[in-house]
Amino acid sequence: MEKTVTLKIDKHTVTVPEGTIVLDAAKKVGVDIPTLCYINMEGTAVKSNPTSCRICVVEIEGRKNLAPACATACTEGMIVRTSTTRVLNARRIVAELILSDHPNECLVCPKSGKCELQKLAQRFNIREMPFAGGELSQRTKEVTAAIVRNMDKCILCRRCENVCNNVQTVGALGAIKRGFNTMIAPAFERNLADSECTYCGQCVAVCPTGALSEHDYTNRLLDDLADSDKIVIVQTAPSVRAALGEEFGLPAGTLVTGKMVAALKELGFAKVFDTDFSADLTIMEEGAEIIDRLTHFLNKDKLVRLPILTSCCPAWVNFFEKQFPDMLDIPSTARSPQQMFGSIAKTCWAEMMGIPKEKLICVSIMPCLAKKYECSREEFKKDGVPDVDYSLSTRELAELIKKANINFNSLPDEDFDQPLGESTGAGVIFGATGGVLEAALRTVYEVYTKKKLANINFTEVRGLDGIKKATIDLNGFPLHVGIANGLGNARRLLEEIRTGKSEYHVIEIMACPGGCIGGGGQPQHHGNVEILKARTAALYKEDANKKLRKSHENPYIVKLYEEYLGKPLSEQAHKLLHTHYFNRAENE
Amino acid sequence: MSKITSPEDLLKIKNDYAERMKLREEAQDVTPAKVSGLNTGTKKIQILCCSSVCCLSSKSGEIADKFCQLAKEQNVTDRVDVIRTGCFGFCEKGPNVKIVPDNTFYTEVKLDDVDEIFKTHILGGKRVDRLLFEDPKTHKRIPDSKDMNFYRKQMRIALRNCCFIDPEDIKEYIARDGYMSLANCIKKMTPKEVIEVVKKSGLRGRGGAGFPTGMKWEFASKSVSDVKYVVCNADEGDPGAFMDRSIMEGDPNSIIEAMAICGYAIGAENGLVYIRAEYPLAVKRLKIAREQARKLGLLGKNIFGSNFNFDIDIRYGAGAFVCGEETALIHSMEGKRGEPTLKPPFPAVKGYLGKPTNVNNVETLANIPPIFLNGPDWFNKIGTEKSKGTKVFALAGKINNQGLVEVPMGTTLREVIYDIGEGIKGGKKFKSVQTGGPSGGCLTEKDLDTPIDYDNLMAAGSIMGSGGMIVMDEDDCMVAIAKFYLEFIVGESCGKCTPCRVGNKRMLEILNRIVDGKGNMDDLKKMRTLANVIKDCALCGLGQTSPNPVLSTLDNFYDEYVAHVKDKTCPAKHCQNLLTYTINPEKCQGCTACAKTCPGNAIVGTPRKPHTILPDKCIKCGMCMSRCKFGAISVC
Repeated sequence: MEKTVTLKIDKHTVTVPEGTIVLDAAKKVGVDIPTLCYINMEGTAVKSNPTSCRICVVEIEGRKNLAPACATACTEGMIVRTSTTRVLNARRIVAELILSDHPNECLVCPKSGKCELQKLAQRFNIREMPFAGGELSQRTKEVTAAIVRNMDKCILCRRCENVCNNVQTVGALGAIKRGFNTMIAPAFERNLADSECTYCGQCVAVCPTGALSEHDYTNRLLDDLADSDKIVIVQTAPSVRAALGEEFGLPAGTLVTGKMVAALKELGFAKVFDTDFSADLTIMEEGAEIIDRLTHFLNKDKLVRLPILTSCCPAWVNFFEKQFPDMLDIPSTARSPQQMFGSIAKTCWAEMMGIPKEKLICVSIMPCLAKKYECSREEFKKDGVPDVDYSLSTRELAELIKKANINFNSLPDEDFDQPLGESTGAGVIFGATGGVLEAALRTVYEVYTKKKLANINFTEVRGLDGIKKATIDLNGFPLHVGIANGLGNARRLLEEIRTGKSEYHVIEIMACPGGCIGGGGQPQHHGNVEILKARTAALYKEDANKKLRKSHENPYIVKLYEEYLGKPLSEQAHKLLHTHYFNRAENE
Repeated sequence: MSKITSPEDLLKIKNDYAERMKLREEAQDVTPAKVSGLNTGTKKIQILCCSSVCCLSSKSGEIADKFCQLAKEQNVTDRVDVIRTGCFGFCEKGPNVKIVPDNTFYTEVKLDDVDEIFKTHILGGKRVDRLLFEDPKTHKRIPDSKDMNFYRKQMRIALRNCCFIDPEDIKEYIARDGYMSLANCIKKMTPKEVIEVVKKSGLRGRGGAGFPTGMKWEFASKSVSDVKYVVCNADEGDPGAFMDRSIMEGDPNSIIEAMAICGYAIGAENGLVYIRAEYPLAVKRLKIAREQARKLGLLGKNIFGSNFNFDIDIRYGAGAFVCGEETALIHSMEGKRGEPTLKPPFPAVKGYLGKPTNVNNVETLANIPPIFLNGPDWFNKIGTEKSKGTKVFALAGKINNQGLVEVPMGTTLREVIYDIGEGIKGGKKFKSVQTGGPSGGCLTEKDLDTPIDYDNLMAAGSIMGSGGMIVMDEDDCMVAIAKFYLEFIVGESCGKCTPCRVGNKRMLEILNRIVDGKGNMDDLKKMRTLANVIKDCALCGLGQTSPNPVLSTLDNFYDEYVAHVKDKTCPAKHCQNLLTYTINPEKCQGCTACAKTCPGNAIVGTPRKPHTILPDKCIKCGMCMSRCKFGAISVC
């Protein structure tokens, strides 16, 4: 039986399992201790309690100093006081100190209204800044294709450092210099663009202030929309519809597909398409590749290496290009759905519609910041023009809708335009960890075994676990599949492959905890893991409600192959839908 | 060298060195009536040259070389031994040279003096009087260090070998019963008994906090793990402190032996010395000692024929003050940023690489071998009720005898300052003594009769710390002193927690305002509030103690703060921006010397008529005042 301890928190007596931190014990009895640096998304690897902000300090009887509730374990008979004058005074002064080194730019800050520091200042009722007027620490500003760093707004909570190093194991961000000059930056104060950064955006996702934000393309989009010479089309990623509503006060997990399409149309896009369509297309190519490699493998072809890894996630691509350059031949060569969409839209669709290429602007709405960078990769440009011109995050779309005075919640549901708006349930679940693999399995199983699936729900690959595995019976062949979300988990699977210990035939990897629904471009989750769960559930609900749930049954995909691409892995498909990878490791 | 496998082997080495050591040991106890000289009948003479970094920087290395050269030239190398020892402690007047057997103590020896010492003393049997220490009060020359006030009240346990043996010869250490404690522990005691001895001795950590060492060992011994570590914290960081450096330079083997004893006690096979890279000589001597210990089998596998294995690795620190904090130190050793983390978990449970780790400071470890040699009761009898043994202090500031001193706990501050230190320089008035480094506080006249121990210093508003002791006189401005320490802290804060990172910076800004004459009474209140919150909320020991210099000066010298804030004056006439230079027209002869020397062209007047200072232009450098022959310029 689990050992418990009983303690007193203010006037409450509470019994909790041994090892519980005071913060959680207090929560149990309704005492809400403020926190700032602390983040803990149970069920994922995201956990950071460096005990550095000192906002959550409490008085513990018998201890000389105040103790951080976020890291102090409850002990038997402990007496905790959370709101004595000493505690309240200390917290207020600590908050005032943080504010004294923070630019007062709330009015023009992208995080205004969602900033945890702002919220804290309000909670503490801070109306004066007794320590303001002193030196402000000088900190870097940097604009990359995906992430913007305004480090003067950094409060050194170290959450980004934690996710970058411990969760993602990327190691791009860390504390450098010391004392008042401490800042979070890549080693040797290099630019993020020159570092190991994969642009996964998890640092942005956890940043409590405006220090880390996305590169904002909303103004560029407004310019393009206003330009009568341009035809602006948009694609929206699966995860956007499951999270966008949060920005308009709707509960997490509210599906707003129809409203989102309506809003995009109102914004003036010529066509509103769906990345789910190209997700289906991705399955066709990736699925064919899986079957092809598997067949060779089963025929004892020594030139073919398994496992095959998915390649939809651009942060993941950056990760293996920078950190596992010896394994560039393992991932699938299929482009990501975003890039497949751009490629098809600017070739096949533009030709079909008779739109000159130079007039066509292809925009994507993504839950992701790495997608912004992916658009700018040279291999995804033709004559210097990107297939996808630029990408906006879910958050930017929400801001844009607000800016355009669109009453989002009262919008009627509208449908995507065709043909690039047609999709199956398989395309929808791409947004959740395990979703790509499940979508692939639905197609691979039926194509390979030439049998219909009795149950198309592969529930064993669903859920937030960092690493999941399952075995699928393919005509008697046990296909071992593995799924990792979070780059730290991906690293574990890659190390296994490197050392020849991998048991898997197919592996899906998504850089962000929970998959794209937890992407760096999504509305802030502020460490609440329930939000990720609700978004995931929404995607599976949309999948379940779809009439077609297997990519190869998407009629427009079928048509696209018949009329334009031939068959999966054809020469034309290779040209438009596949890519290659580069060794971008620093010392090799 | 053949391996040592038993205490008997140690005794054999001791015997071989007996004659050599006897000469020095006897001289330490009794001064022979006769001055030694080769030509006057002395058979053997030893010249002890201080070879610690301070004296080496004043050419003590060349001095020793010269003695060797002269001995060679005179063909007396068989009768004269030059021994390069560790620190004598009397650093104020280094380089120090001691002649044995007559125990003559020469101070401020220069390279040019060597010929004379050799000729007159070593050969001729007569002392060179002018190089003897002159008592500041009686102005008498004192030939024997035993008779100097500086040494009289000292008791050397941690520093026992420092000015006595050649730290680069392990056999000299063994001849002083070195490694006998380790032998006894391994051969005759269980690890539990070893810990009991340390507990019984009452030894407390000399790094600052004074945690009972035996308890610390016990915690680490109780942690179950395949691998454990013993770490020696040699990251001495207090400004002006050099106790640990001197021990490492003068007696590195005592640290190695103590670490091995600790390893045996807690069940660790790995020792790590975390030492700052700016201590190159300490590193060199430690490496030599380690090499010699390995060759003798005192480190390595099956020490003293037992199944106990132990060896030592050295890790270099980059000189961050915070890395003296044990969790920060451990992170630094792991190759991570030197930042503290919350305790618990304590290193004894989860330390270096996640394994149970016992961290002890250099001076703490230096006390371990003598405790086993002389027994815990011997150690326990020295000192006060709760603080046992001795403490080494780096005595500095406005004091006559600066240097390294080791006194029994319970010695009063007055004894250290006025007896050992022989009072304030230049006959000035004592104002304050700062102990504990940047984490300590400034004590005043009223505290001088406080017996020094952990608890008394704490009660007086300071701390023992690692042993910095800085004496201040009437010319020192206490606001500026507080500012000095705070500047150090602001520079050395790791930047992790808000109170220390931002709070100390803001406090320094307030102090800067005050010394610039821009402070107000509200600032004093604000500073105290801030100081208390930093103390209460900071993450680590450094942060929690960082406001001490400010708080203790606010407590003890509040009037001085008020003078800066309200009257805009600095009573000690130290804070430049608060000074006003004026020319007394009655005394001024109009010689123009002041006007000519003024770098700011702030002095005007016609020759042979009284001059005046333009306050707007005056940069308060004070050059005019030092130039005026008529005493016409004053400052207030």
